[in-house]
Amino acid sequence: MNHQQTDNQRFEQYKKQAKKEKRSILMWQVIIFIAFFSIWEIISRLHWIDPLIFSSPTNIVQLLVDKMVDQTIFIHLQVTVLETIIGFLLGTILGILLASLLWWSPKLSRISDPYLVILNAMPKVALGPIIIVALGPGYASIIAMGAFISIIITTIVVYTAFQNVDENYLKVLASFGASRYQSFKEAVLPASFTTIISTFKVNVGLSWVGVIVGEFLVSQKGLGYLIIYGFQVFDFTLVLASLLLIAICAAIMYQLVERLERRLMN
Amino acid sequence: MAFLSIDNVSHQYFTKMNYTKALQSISLSVEEGQFISFIGPSGCGKSTLLSIIAGIITPTEGSVRVNNTTVQRPSVSIGYMLQQDYLFPWKTIVDNVLLGPHIKGTLTNGLQQLAIQSLTEIGLEDVLHAYPSQLSGGMRQRAALVRTLMTDPHILLLDEPFSALDYQTKLKLEDLVSNTLKQFNKTSILVTHDIGEAIAMSDKIYLFSASPGSVFSSFHVPENLQQLTPFEARQHHDFPALFQHIWEELNSLESSTNR
Ligand SMILES: Nc1ncnc2c1ncn2[C@@H]1O[C@H](COP(=O)(O)OP(=O)(O)O)[C@@H](O)[C@H]1O
Ligand SMILES: [Mg+2]
Repeated sequence: MNHQQTDNQRFEQYKKQAKKEKRSILMWQVIIFIAFFSIWEIISRLHWIDPLIFSSPTNIVQLLVDKMVDQTIFIHLQVTVLETIIGFLLGTILGILLASLLWWSPKLSRISDPYLVILNAMPKVALGPIIIVALGPGYASIIAMGAFISIIITTIVVYTAFQNVDENYLKVLASFGASRYQSFKEAVLPASFTTIISTFKVNVGLSWVGVIVGEFLVSQKGLGYLIIYGFQVFDFTLVLASLLLIAICAAIMYQLVERLERRLMN
Repeated sequence: MAFLSIDNVSHQYFTKMNYTKALQSISLSVEEGQFISFIGPSGCGKSTLLSIIAGIITPTEGSVRVNNTTVQRPSVSIGYMLQQDYLFPWKTIVDNVLLGPHIKGTLTNGLQQLAIQSLTEIGLEDVLHAYPSQLSGGMRQRAALVRTLMTDPHILLLDEPFSALDYQTKLKLEDLVSNTLKQFNKTSILVTHDIGEAIAMSDKIYLFSASPGSVFSSFHVPENLQQLTPFEARQHHDFPALFQHIWEELNSLESSTNR
């Protein structure tokens, strides 16, 4: 009885300590946040930095509020987010399909090996101009860039996972006379599930890169376009406001994928 | 004509740089309902021979015949149980056990009932819908046995099925497997490196030598030992003599290859 009481007390104390630690970390995060933006605001107003180039938090917020009131920002936001989602889905799905095809035909996989290595090593955004010439200066090109940037690495990573599936699972299936398709469906695909999910997180980030660069080049709509436009007319408040929106959207999408991952893993 | 006959089987594995002769001219036959064991040093081709019998590997020479038909591809009449259970971690125990019928497309309600019944008989009624990672090694191996028996094979191939288990679990499973297989009159081939296990479980034992794998000698287990359960056989006074005999053969085999 007595023992249990002290044990419980210790546990309570441990919990209190953990809570305190957590609160302290959150406090520091808030302090850094506030300090960063207040210092930025102050030195901008004091003209220690050039407010024309570095703007200031209040200017950025003011601009965002204005653009939300006249609703012009939403079109750009919508365009970019949709392009990124479609690019991400295309890149991921096509990558997995290509990996399946390579698993299906070991010969094809060996033939394509050097090409995959080169394509993977190449900085995909450098292909931007060619993609735009081929697909025209529109959404198609931008989505293609968002997809292309992740497709090769997804293929390679997922195919490697397919290959590393323990052969004995395939042996068990073979002893029941399973076809190649059945082996794929029953063992290879489910055994590689973790790897496939992990590519989602990487690909979300990659798709953002592809889409923003695409918008830089095509320059019609979207947050990437706003950045380039702001740069050209020397409106750095607009550049920084767009940047802020991109950071927020990318973080939200990453969180969603992470939540999906946790859901799927259980 | 024997139920299962292996005629002059040789097998080579090819790699980029060279090849391995895993088996050299193996010939032996097994009668229906017989239980035989393969023992021998690791790398002497025992697993390869099982895979050939199962139809998973085609031998580079020779053939395997069951009931006078040449084995050319895997068939449900031959069940294959691997060293580790290789239950699929993403399937429940029942679904794992029903893998064979699922693959064959012969899954029925009746078979589902049978799976649940067999799992219950073997003491796994509480974990029917659990995942393999939630089970102990012995339980998993029992589930793997049920999975292998589910397609009602005539011949059972057991590749070191007990080697990953602790001693007590292993002794219990030996009895269980032996009883089950006798009850259904299965023809069985067991690969093991445990001489005692081979004597306790089988009617006949083949000793293999390595590089290339070939039959070095064979031993008949006395009738009176065959009648007993593996656990009883291990206690029997005829057991040590045969153990000694095989032990000496195994040693002479090693010294002849070490020369
Ligand atoms: N897939 C393979 N490719 C090349 N060599 C193999 C392969 N599988 C087995 N071997 C070789 O064949 C020989 C026999 O192997 P195995 O049948 O696994 O023996 P055992 O089961 O008796 O230990 C070994 O020398 C092994 O290295
Ligand atoms: Mg082996």
